[in-house]
Amino acid sequence: MQQSQCTKWMTHGEAGLMLFFSMAAFVCAFAAAKALDAPFAFHASLAAVASGVASFAIMNRYLDRPASLPPEEINGKPNYNVGPIKFASFMAMFWGIAGFAVGLLIASQLAWPALNFDLPWTSFGRLRPLHTSAVIFAFGGNVLIATSFYVVQRTCRTRLVGDLAPWFVVLGYNFFILIAGTGYLLGVTQSKEYAEPEWYADLWLTIVWVVYLVVFVMTLVKRKEPHIFVANWFYLAFIVTIAVLHLGNNPALPVSVFGSKSYIAWGGVQDAMFQWWYGHNAVGFFLTAGFLAIMYYFIPKRAERPVYSYRLSIIHFWALIFLYIWAGPHHLHHTALPDWTQTLGMTFSIMLWMPSWGGMINGLMTLSGAWDKLRTDPVLRMLVVSVAFYGMSTFEGPMMSIKVVNSLSHYTDWTIGHVHSGALGWVGFVSFGALYCLIPWLWDRKGLYSLKLVNWHFWTATIGIVLYISAMWVSGILQGLMWRAYTSLGFLEYSFLETVEAMHPFYVIRAAGGALFLIGALIMAYNLWMTVRASEADVGTELALQAAE
Amino acid sequence: MAESELDKVSGKTTTGHQWDGIKELNTPLPRWWLITFYATILWAMGYWVVYPAWPLLWSYTRGALNYSTRAAVAVELANLEKIRGDKMIALGAASLADIEKDPALLALARARGKAAFGDNCAPCHGSGGAGAKGYPNLNDDDWLWGGSLDQIVQTIQFGARSGHTKTHEGAMLAFGKDGILKPDEIGTVANYVRSLSGLSTRQGYDVAAGAKIFVENCTSCHGEAGKGNQELGAPNLTDKIWLYGSDEATLIETITIGRAGVMPAWVGRLDPSTIKALAVYVHTLGGGK
Repeated sequence: MQQSQCTKWMTHGEAGLMLFFSMAAFVCAFAAAKALDAPFAFHASLAAVASGVASFAIMNRYLDRPASLPPEEINGKPNYNVGPIKFASFMAMFWGIAGFAVGLLIASQLAWPALNFDLPWTSFGRLRPLHTSAVIFAFGGNVLIATSFYVVQRTCRTRLVGDLAPWFVVLGYNFFILIAGTGYLLGVTQSKEYAEPEWYADLWLTIVWVVYLVVFVMTLVKRKEPHIFVANWFYLAFIVTIAVLHLGNNPALPVSVFGSKSYIAWGGVQDAMFQWWYGHNAVGFFLTAGFLAIMYYFIPKRAERPVYSYRLSIIHFWALIFLYIWAGPHHLHHTALPDWTQTLGMTFSIMLWMPSWGGMINGLMTLSGAWDKLRTDPVLRMLVVSVAFYGMSTFEGPMMSIKVVNSLSHYTDWTIGHVHSGALGWVGFVSFGALYCLIPWLWDRKGLYSLKLVNWHFWTATIGIVLYISAMWVSGILQGLMWRAYTSLGFLEYSFLETVEAMHPFYVIRAAGGALFLIGALIMAYNLWMTVRASEADVGTELALQAAE
Repeated sequence: MAESELDKVSGKTTTGHQWDGIKELNTPLPRWWLITFYATILWAMGYWVVYPAWPLLWSYTRGALNYSTRAAVAVELANLEKIRGDKMIALGAASLADIEKDPALLALARARGKAAFGDNCAPCHGSGGAGAKGYPNLNDDDWLWGGSLDQIVQTIQFGARSGHTKTHEGAMLAFGKDGILKPDEIGTVANYVRSLSGLSTRQGYDVAAGAKIFVENCTSCHGEAGKGNQELGAPNLTDKIWLYGSDEATLIETITIGRAGVMPAWVGRLDPSTIKALAVYVHTLGGGK
C-alpha cells in the first residue's frame, strides 16, 4: 500500500486502481490464452497489455508526484483540472479525421464498388459501422467528455472531482473505441445499429460510463455556484440517459466467456423496438442534449452575450427530454410493429418539434446585439450555422416521422441526407466551434493560429454539406418515387437495379461533398496544431475573458 | 452571485444568475413558439382519438376510424388485383404458344416478365438482358440450351448446374488443369477454334495439329463442324458470339480451367405463371426461336 512511512501515501484510488489493473492484466492474459476465436484473443491481449501499462503508469505517476495531491484552489481561484480535457480534445480531432476519412471511403464505395477491394476488412459492411461509431462515439463522444469536464468545472467554479477518475474516464473511453473499432474490422459485431460492439466491450463501457457519471455528479454537488447552469442539466441528461439506453439495448448472453459472440436477450419485434428506442435516443441524448449543452456554454461565451431566455431553457429542456424518449417507433413505421406503437412514435415526434426549436431559438437569439460579430469571427459563425442546421433537421425529422411522408422516405437516401444535415451541420459544426474556442483556452494561448484558416474551413465544409444533403434529398425522393411507381397494367415500373443505377450521379456528388468536409477538418487540425505549438504562451484577451467571474 | 440587471441591448432584465461570466435574460417564452407547441399537442391528441394509440392491459385503443395497417394493405393488394384483373388468370391458363398469338396476353406477359426479370434475372443478365462475361446475352439468337419457349421455360425452372435433379448438366472440361492437353497443344487448338469463326490466328501455328486435337477432344460436345450442341449446353464456336471472350488468352484460359457457370433453379421460388411470363419476355427480347 504505502511507499514510505514519512509523508507520501498512495491514495485509495491509486492503490485500488493499481490492484484492479494488475488483476485485470492477469485475467485478460488468461482469457487470451483460452480464447475460442482470434479476434477475442486479440482483444484480450490488448486489454492485458493496456491493464499492465495502466498499472505501471499509476505507479510511475505516484513516484513522480509531490506528497500532496493538486490543491482545490490556488490563490483563492479554482485549480481547474485540464489534463484529461486536453487528451480528449486531441482524441476528438484524431478520431474525427479518421471517421470522416472512412465516411468518404464508404461513400466512394457506393459510387464505385471496386473500392471494396474484395477483402473482408475493407468491405462496406465492416467499414460502415466503423464510420458511424468513429464519428458519433469517438469524435462526438470525446468532444462531449472534453467540453463537459471543462464546462462543469468553469460553471461550478470548482476542480473536477477525483485525481485518477477523470483520466480513467478519458483513457477508458478511448480504449473502448479501440476495441469497438478493431472489432468491426475483424468482423466482431452484435449487428445492432450504433450498438455493434460485443458483450465485453459493452461491459467495459458500462464501467467507464458509471465513473463518468460519478465524476460529473460529484463535481456538481461540490459546486461553488448557487444554481446549476443550463448546460450542465443537458450534460447530466445526456450521461444518465445514455447509461439507461446502453443497459436497455445490450443485455446479451455470450456463447462463452472466452469468445466474442453473444446473443441478445430480446427477440423479434421487441428487439427491434428496443433497438430503435436506443437508436433514436442516441440521437436525442448523445447527439442533441449533449451538444445543446455545448451550445449553451460556448455561444454566449463567444458572443459575449447573455443567454436569450432562462424560461425557454427550462421549458424546452424538460419538454425535450420527456418527449424524445417516446419517438423511437418512427424508425419502424410500416413494419410488424403494432399500429398503436407507431402512432405514439409519430405523434410524440410531432410534439417534439417546438421543444427542439426552443434550443434553436435560445442559441440564435443569444446573438441579438452581437450579430455584427458574425462578419469578423468565423468561429462564432460556425457555431451559429450549426444551430441553423439543428433547426432545419429538427423540422425535417418530425416531418419524416409522419407516416405518409415516411412511406416515401423510409429506406431511401433521404434518411441518410437527414442524418447528415444533423450530423455534419449541427453536431460537426458545433463541435468544431467548441474546439476552436477550447484549444487556445486549454493551452493558454492568446488565440487561434489563424482565423483565416477557420474561414477556409467554414466555407469548404459548408459547401461540402450542401452538396451532400441536396444530393441525398434528390436521390432519396427519386428512389422512393421509383420504388412505388406502377405501370398501367399493375406491375412495378422499375427493377431495383434500375433504381440503383439512377442513384449513381448523386453518390458521386455525395462523395465530393464528403471530401470537402474532410478537407475542412484537415485544415482545422493543422490550425489547432499550430495554435498549440505557438511558442508564446502569453495570457491574452481570450483568457482574461475566461477569468472574469 | 450578481444582482438582476438591465440588459441595454434587449431592454430585458437578467435573472441575476451568473456562471463563468455567462448571464441569462428573463425573456418570456416566445408567443408563436408556445402556440405552435400547444397546437402540436392538440393535433397529437386528436390523432389518438382517431387512430390506434394507447396500450391497455390486454388490448389497445383502436381509434374512431378503426384503422389497421393489415386492413389497409389488404385493400391495396385487392386494388392491384383489380388493375391486373382477370387477365392474370387467363395468363395462367393459356399455353405458351397462345400467349404469343394474343396481343393483350402478350403485353401482359411482357409487363409481368419485365418486372420479374428486373428483380430476379437482371443481377446476372443485366437489366436489358445484355449479359456479361460468363452470363449469356438474352437478346441475340444464340442459345446455349435452346431458344424455343418450352426450352426457355425448362432452363428458368431448373437452371444450369444448379443442383436440381432436373437441371441442365454438362460442363466444359478443364483440359489443361486435368492434364488432358499440354500447354502448347492448348495454344494450338485455341488458334484453330478462332479460325472456325474467321478470327485471325497466330502466324505459323500448326493448322493440321489444331484440327487433329479438335477432332480428338472437342467434337464430342461441340460437333464436328464446331456448331455446338444444345443438348449439352455446348456453344456454337463458329459464330461471333462468345460467352467468356474470343481472344487467344481467354480461349487458352477456358480450355485450361474449363467453364461451368451456374444458373439457379427458379421453380418453387417463382410461381408458374411468373415463370411463364418470364419465358415469354425473354423469348420476345429479340432472339426467340
